Amino acid sequence: MVPTQYYLILSAILFGLGVVAFVFRRNIITIFMSIELMLNAVNLSFVAFSQAMPEKPPQIAGSLLQVGHKLDGQIFVLFVIVVAAAEAAVGLGIIILTARNRQSLNVERVDLLKL
Amino acid sequence: MNAPLIIFFVLAALAVIGAISLILQKHPIHSALSLIVVMVALAGLYLLMGAEFVAAVQIIVYGGAIMVLFVFVIMLLNAGEEERTDFSKLAKFGGLPLALALTGLLAAAMVRHGGAVQNQNVPGALADTSTLSTMLFTTFVYPFELTSFLILVAIMGALVLAQREKS
Repeated sequence: MVPTQYYLILSAILFGLGVVAFVFRRNIITIFMSIELMLNAVNLSFVAFSQAMPEKPPQIAGSLLQVGHKLDGQIFVLFVIVVAAAEAAVGLGIIILTARNRQSLNVERVDLLKL
Repeated sequence: MNAPLIIFFVLAALAVIGAISLILQKHPIHSALSLIVVMVALAGLYLLMGAEFVAAVQIIVYGGAIMVLFVFVIMLLNAGEEERTDFSKLAKFGGLPLALALTGLLAAAMVRHGGAVQNQNVPGALADTSTLSTMLFTTFVYPFELTSFLILVAIMGALVLAQREKS
Protein backbone atom coordinates (compact mmCIF):
# COMPACT_ATOMS: atom_id res chain seq x y z
CA MET A 1 0.00 0.00 0.00
CA VAL A 2 1.26 3.47 -0.84
CA PRO A 3 1.76 5.68 2.23
CA THR A 4 -0.35 8.85 2.32
CA GLN A 5 2.79 10.96 2.72
CA TYR A 6 3.93 10.04 -0.80
CA TYR A 7 0.72 11.47 -2.25
CA LEU A 8 1.11 14.63 -0.17
CA ILE A 9 4.70 15.15 -1.32
CA LEU A 10 3.66 14.64 -4.95
CA SER A 11 0.84 17.14 -4.43
CA ALA A 12 3.29 19.71 -3.01
CA ILE A 13 5.69 19.18 -5.94
CA LEU A 14 2.90 19.64 -8.49
CA PHE A 15 1.68 22.75 -6.69
CA GLY A 16 5.21 24.18 -6.67
CA LEU A 17 5.59 23.49 -10.38
CA GLY A 18 2.25 25.21 -10.95
CA VAL A 19 3.47 28.28 -9.05
CA VAL A 20 6.71 28.31 -11.09
CA ALA A 21 4.74 28.10 -14.35
CA PHE A 22 2.40 30.84 -13.16
CA VAL A 23 5.27 33.20 -12.37
CA PHE A 24 7.70 32.43 -15.20
CA ARG A 25 5.47 32.09 -18.23
CA ARG A 26 4.41 35.09 -20.30
CA ASN A 27 1.57 33.60 -22.33
CA ILE A 28 -1.81 34.29 -20.74
CA ILE A 29 -3.21 30.89 -21.82
CA THR A 30 -0.28 29.00 -20.28
CA ILE A 31 -0.67 31.00 -17.07
CA PHE A 32 -4.31 29.93 -16.98
CA MET A 33 -3.26 26.31 -17.49
CA SER A 34 -0.86 26.54 -14.55
CA ILE A 35 -3.80 27.60 -12.36
CA GLU A 36 -5.55 24.40 -13.40
CA LEU A 37 -2.40 22.48 -12.48
CA MET A 38 -2.43 23.97 -8.98
CA LEU A 39 -6.13 23.08 -8.56
CA ASN A 40 -5.29 19.52 -9.58
CA ALA A 41 -2.50 19.34 -7.02
CA VAL A 42 -4.91 20.39 -4.27
CA ASN A 43 -7.46 17.82 -5.47
CA LEU A 44 -4.81 15.12 -5.13
CA SER A 45 -4.20 15.94 -1.47
CA PHE A 46 -7.97 16.08 -0.83
CA VAL A 47 -8.38 12.54 -2.16
CA ALA A 48 -5.27 11.35 -0.30
CA PHE A 49 -6.61 12.67 3.02
CA SER A 50 -10.04 11.22 2.28
CA GLN A 51 -8.46 7.84 1.66
CA ALA A 52 -6.34 8.04 4.81
CA MET A 53 -9.32 8.85 7.03
CA PRO A 54 -10.53 5.87 9.08
CA GLU A 55 -14.00 4.47 8.45
CA LYS A 56 -15.22 5.51 11.90
CA PRO A 57 -13.27 8.63 12.89
CA PRO A 58 -12.65 8.81 16.66
CA GLN A 59 -14.67 11.58 18.31
CA ILE A 60 -12.38 13.77 20.38
CA ALA A 61 -13.82 13.91 23.90
CA GLY A 62 -15.11 17.34 24.92
CA SER A 63 -14.58 18.79 21.47
CA LEU A 64 -17.40 20.61 19.71
CA LEU A 65 -15.77 19.85 16.37
CA GLN A 66 -17.98 17.67 14.22
CA VAL A 67 -15.98 14.81 12.78
CA GLY A 68 -16.74 14.44 9.12
CA HIS A 69 -17.41 11.49 6.92
CA LYS A 70 -14.66 9.55 5.15
CA LEU A 71 -15.87 10.61 1.72
CA ASP A 72 -16.07 14.35 2.48
CA GLY A 73 -12.77 14.92 0.69
CA GLN A 74 -14.03 13.37 -2.53
CA ILE A 75 -17.17 15.55 -2.42
CA PHE A 76 -14.90 18.60 -2.05
CA VAL A 77 -12.95 17.44 -5.10
CA LEU A 78 -16.16 17.28 -7.12
CA PHE A 79 -17.01 20.86 -6.11
CA VAL A 80 -13.48 22.03 -6.95
CA ILE A 81 -13.80 20.48 -10.40
CA VAL A 82 -17.14 22.24 -10.97
CA VAL A 83 -15.67 25.59 -9.88
CA ALA A 84 -12.64 24.99 -12.12
CA ALA A 85 -14.93 24.36 -15.08
CA ALA A 86 -16.89 27.56 -14.43
CA GLU A 87 -13.62 29.46 -13.96
CA ALA A 88 -12.25 28.09 -17.25
CA ALA A 89 -15.36 29.23 -19.14
CA VAL A 90 -15.24 32.78 -17.76
CA GLY A 91 -11.44 33.05 -17.88
CA LEU A 92 -11.19 31.93 -21.49
CA GLY A 93 -13.92 34.44 -22.36
CA ILE A 94 -11.79 37.17 -20.80
CA ILE A 95 -8.71 35.87 -22.67
CA ILE A 96 -10.57 36.01 -26.01
CA LEU A 97 -11.68 39.56 -25.20
CA THR A 98 -8.18 40.81 -24.29
CA ALA A 99 -6.60 39.03 -27.26
CA ARG A 100 -9.14 40.63 -29.58
CA ASN A 101 -8.61 44.10 -28.15
CA ARG A 102 -4.82 44.06 -27.91
CA GLN A 103 -3.68 41.66 -30.63
CA SER A 104 -1.30 40.02 -28.13
CA LEU A 105 -1.33 37.17 -25.64
CA ASN A 106 1.70 38.41 -23.74
CA VAL A 107 0.73 39.49 -20.23
CA GLU A 108 3.45 42.12 -20.18
CA ARG A 109 1.62 43.95 -22.95
CA VAL A 110 -1.59 43.99 -20.94
CA ASP A 111 -0.56 46.77 -18.58
CA LEU A 112 -3.32 49.30 -19.04
CA LEU A 113 -6.82 48.91 -17.63
CA LYS A 114 -8.23 51.05 -20.41
CA LEU A 115 -7.18 51.17 -24.02
CA MET B 1 8.57 -3.44 -3.72
CA ASN B 2 4.91 -4.20 -4.18
CA ALA B 3 2.82 -3.51 -7.25
CA PRO B 4 0.84 -0.45 -6.01
CA LEU B 5 4.08 1.30 -5.09
CA ILE B 6 5.53 0.68 -8.57
CA ILE B 7 2.32 1.97 -10.22
CA PHE B 8 2.42 5.00 -7.92
CA PHE B 9 6.00 5.86 -8.87
CA VAL B 10 5.33 5.44 -12.60
CA LEU B 11 2.23 7.67 -12.47
CA ALA B 12 3.93 10.21 -10.19
CA ALA B 13 6.92 10.43 -12.54
CA LEU B 14 4.52 10.88 -15.48
CA ALA B 15 2.71 13.71 -13.65
CA VAL B 16 5.92 15.50 -12.64
CA ILE B 17 7.43 15.16 -16.14
CA GLY B 18 4.20 16.51 -17.63
CA ALA B 19 4.24 19.48 -15.26
CA ILE B 20 7.91 20.25 -16.02
CA SER B 21 7.12 19.98 -19.73
CA LEU B 22 4.24 22.44 -19.21
CA ILE B 23 6.81 24.95 -17.95
CA LEU B 24 9.48 24.30 -20.59
CA GLN B 25 7.40 24.10 -23.78
CA LYS B 26 7.45 27.26 -25.86
CA HIS B 27 4.20 26.72 -27.71
CA PRO B 28 0.90 26.87 -25.77
CA ILE B 29 -0.56 23.85 -27.58
CA HIS B 30 2.38 21.73 -26.36
CA SER B 31 1.81 23.02 -22.85
CA ALA B 32 -1.86 22.04 -23.12
CA LEU B 33 -0.94 18.51 -24.24
CA SER B 34 1.51 18.20 -21.31
CA LEU B 35 -1.26 19.27 -18.95
CA ILE B 36 -3.49 16.51 -20.34
CA VAL B 37 -0.72 14.00 -19.49
CA VAL B 38 -0.67 15.33 -15.90
CA MET B 39 -4.45 15.01 -15.62
CA VAL B 40 -4.56 11.45 -16.94
CA ALA B 41 -1.74 10.47 -14.57
CA LEU B 42 -3.67 12.02 -11.67
CA ALA B 43 -6.79 10.07 -12.70
CA GLY B 44 -4.68 6.91 -12.51
CA LEU B 45 -3.56 7.90 -9.01
CA TYR B 46 -7.20 8.43 -7.97
CA LEU B 47 -7.99 4.91 -9.22
CA LEU B 48 -5.02 3.63 -7.24
CA MET B 49 -6.50 5.27 -4.14
CA GLY B 50 -9.87 3.65 -4.83
CA ALA B 51 -11.66 6.89 -5.75
CA GLU B 52 -13.19 5.53 -8.92
CA PHE B 53 -15.88 8.18 -9.37
CA VAL B 54 -13.42 11.04 -8.93
CA ALA B 55 -11.10 9.37 -11.46
CA ALA B 56 -13.92 9.14 -14.01
CA VAL B 57 -14.92 12.77 -13.43
CA GLN B 58 -11.28 13.82 -13.71
CA ILE B 59 -10.99 12.22 -17.16
CA ILE B 60 -14.41 13.39 -18.40
CA VAL B 61 -14.45 16.95 -17.07
CA TYR B 62 -10.77 17.88 -16.96
CA GLY B 63 -9.29 15.79 -19.75
CA GLY B 64 -12.41 15.97 -21.87
CA ALA B 65 -14.19 19.26 -21.38
CA ILE B 66 -11.80 21.81 -19.89
CA MET B 67 -8.74 20.87 -21.96
CA VAL B 68 -10.77 20.77 -25.18
CA LEU B 69 -11.94 24.29 -24.30
CA PHE B 70 -8.30 25.33 -23.88
CA VAL B 71 -7.26 23.78 -27.18
CA PHE B 72 -10.20 25.43 -28.93
CA VAL B 73 -9.21 28.84 -27.58
CA ILE B 74 -5.57 28.31 -28.60
CA MET B 75 -6.70 27.44 -32.13
CA LEU B 76 -9.24 30.27 -32.22
CA LEU B 77 -6.68 32.89 -31.24
CA ASN B 78 -4.01 31.30 -33.43
CA ALA B 79 -1.58 31.52 -30.53
CA GLY B 80 2.02 31.17 -31.64
CA GLU B 81 5.21 30.67 -29.69
CA GLU B 82 5.49 32.94 -26.74
CA GLU B 83 7.91 35.82 -27.07
CA ARG B 84 10.74 35.81 -24.59
CA THR B 85 11.14 38.86 -22.46
CA ASP B 86 13.87 39.47 -19.95
CA PHE B 87 13.17 38.64 -16.36
CA SER B 88 14.08 41.03 -13.61
CA LYS B 89 17.26 40.23 -11.65
CA LEU B 90 15.21 39.12 -8.67
CA ALA B 91 13.21 36.65 -10.77
CA LYS B 92 16.32 35.35 -12.52
CA PHE B 93 18.34 34.56 -9.41
CA GLY B 94 15.78 34.36 -6.63
CA GLY B 95 12.93 32.69 -8.50
CA LEU B 96 14.03 29.08 -8.56
CA PRO B 97 15.37 28.92 -4.96
CA LEU B 98 12.20 30.59 -3.70
CA ALA B 99 10.02 28.15 -5.65
CA LEU B 100 12.02 25.22 -4.24
CA ALA B 101 11.65 26.67 -0.74
CA LEU B 102 7.88 26.97 -1.19
CA THR B 103 7.62 23.37 -2.40
CA GLY B 104 9.76 22.12 0.48
CA LEU B 105 7.76 24.09 3.02
CA LEU B 106 4.45 22.78 1.67
CA ALA B 107 5.70 19.19 1.60
CA ALA B 108 7.18 19.42 5.10
CA ALA B 109 4.04 20.97 6.59
CA MET B 110 1.69 18.49 4.94
CA VAL B 111 3.81 15.48 5.82
CA ARG B 112 4.25 16.58 9.42
CA HIS B 113 0.56 17.16 10.00
CA GLY B 114 -0.52 14.39 7.67
CA GLY B 115 1.48 11.93 9.77
CA ALA B 116 -1.41 11.80 12.22
CA VAL B 117 -3.66 10.23 9.60
CA GLN B 118 -2.33 6.86 8.70
CA ASN B 119 -3.52 4.83 5.80
CA GLN B 120 -6.16 2.52 7.19
CA ASN B 121 -7.72 1.36 3.99
CA VAL B 122 -7.86 -2.25 2.96
CA PRO B 123 -5.87 -2.60 -0.26
CA GLY B 124 -7.95 -2.47 -3.41
CA ALA B 125 -11.07 -1.19 -1.65
CA LEU B 126 -13.14 1.16 -3.79
CA ALA B 127 -14.98 4.19 -2.48
CA ASP B 128 -18.65 3.46 -2.54
CA THR B 129 -20.13 5.58 -5.35
CA SER B 130 -23.66 5.13 -4.03
CA THR B 131 -22.56 6.51 -0.64
CA LEU B 132 -20.95 9.42 -2.48
CA SER B 133 -24.16 10.19 -4.36
CA THR B 134 -26.28 9.89 -1.22
CA MET B 135 -24.02 12.37 0.55
CA LEU B 136 -24.10 14.72 -2.43
CA PHE B 137 -27.90 14.82 -2.41
CA THR B 138 -28.48 14.89 1.36
CA THR B 139 -25.68 16.48 3.39
CA PHE B 140 -24.33 18.62 0.57
CA VAL B 141 -27.58 19.38 -1.26
CA TYR B 142 -27.43 23.16 -0.69
CA PRO B 143 -23.84 23.54 -2.01
CA PHE B 144 -24.86 21.28 -4.88
CA GLU B 145 -27.79 23.53 -5.83
CA LEU B 146 -25.59 26.62 -5.46
CA THR B 147 -23.18 24.97 -7.90
CA SER B 148 -25.86 24.89 -10.58
CA PHE B 149 -26.41 28.61 -10.02
CA LEU B 150 -22.64 29.18 -10.31
CA ILE B 151 -22.56 27.36 -13.64
CA LEU B 152 -25.52 29.42 -14.90
CA VAL B 153 -23.66 32.62 -13.99
CA ALA B 154 -20.50 31.29 -15.68
CA ILE B 155 -22.41 30.50 -18.90
CA MET B 156 -23.94 33.97 -18.98
CA GLY B 157 -20.61 35.60 -18.16
CA ALA B 158 -18.80 33.71 -20.92
CA LEU B 159 -21.53 34.65 -23.43
CA VAL B 160 -21.46 38.32 -22.48
CA LEU B 161 -17.66 38.48 -22.53
CA ALA B 162 -17.07 36.67 -25.80
CA GLN B 163 -19.84 38.16 -27.94
CA ARG B 164 -18.90 40.69 -30.58
CA GLU B 165 -19.80 44.26 -29.82
CA LYS B 166 -22.63 45.60 -31.91
CA SER B 167 -21.62 48.72 -33.73
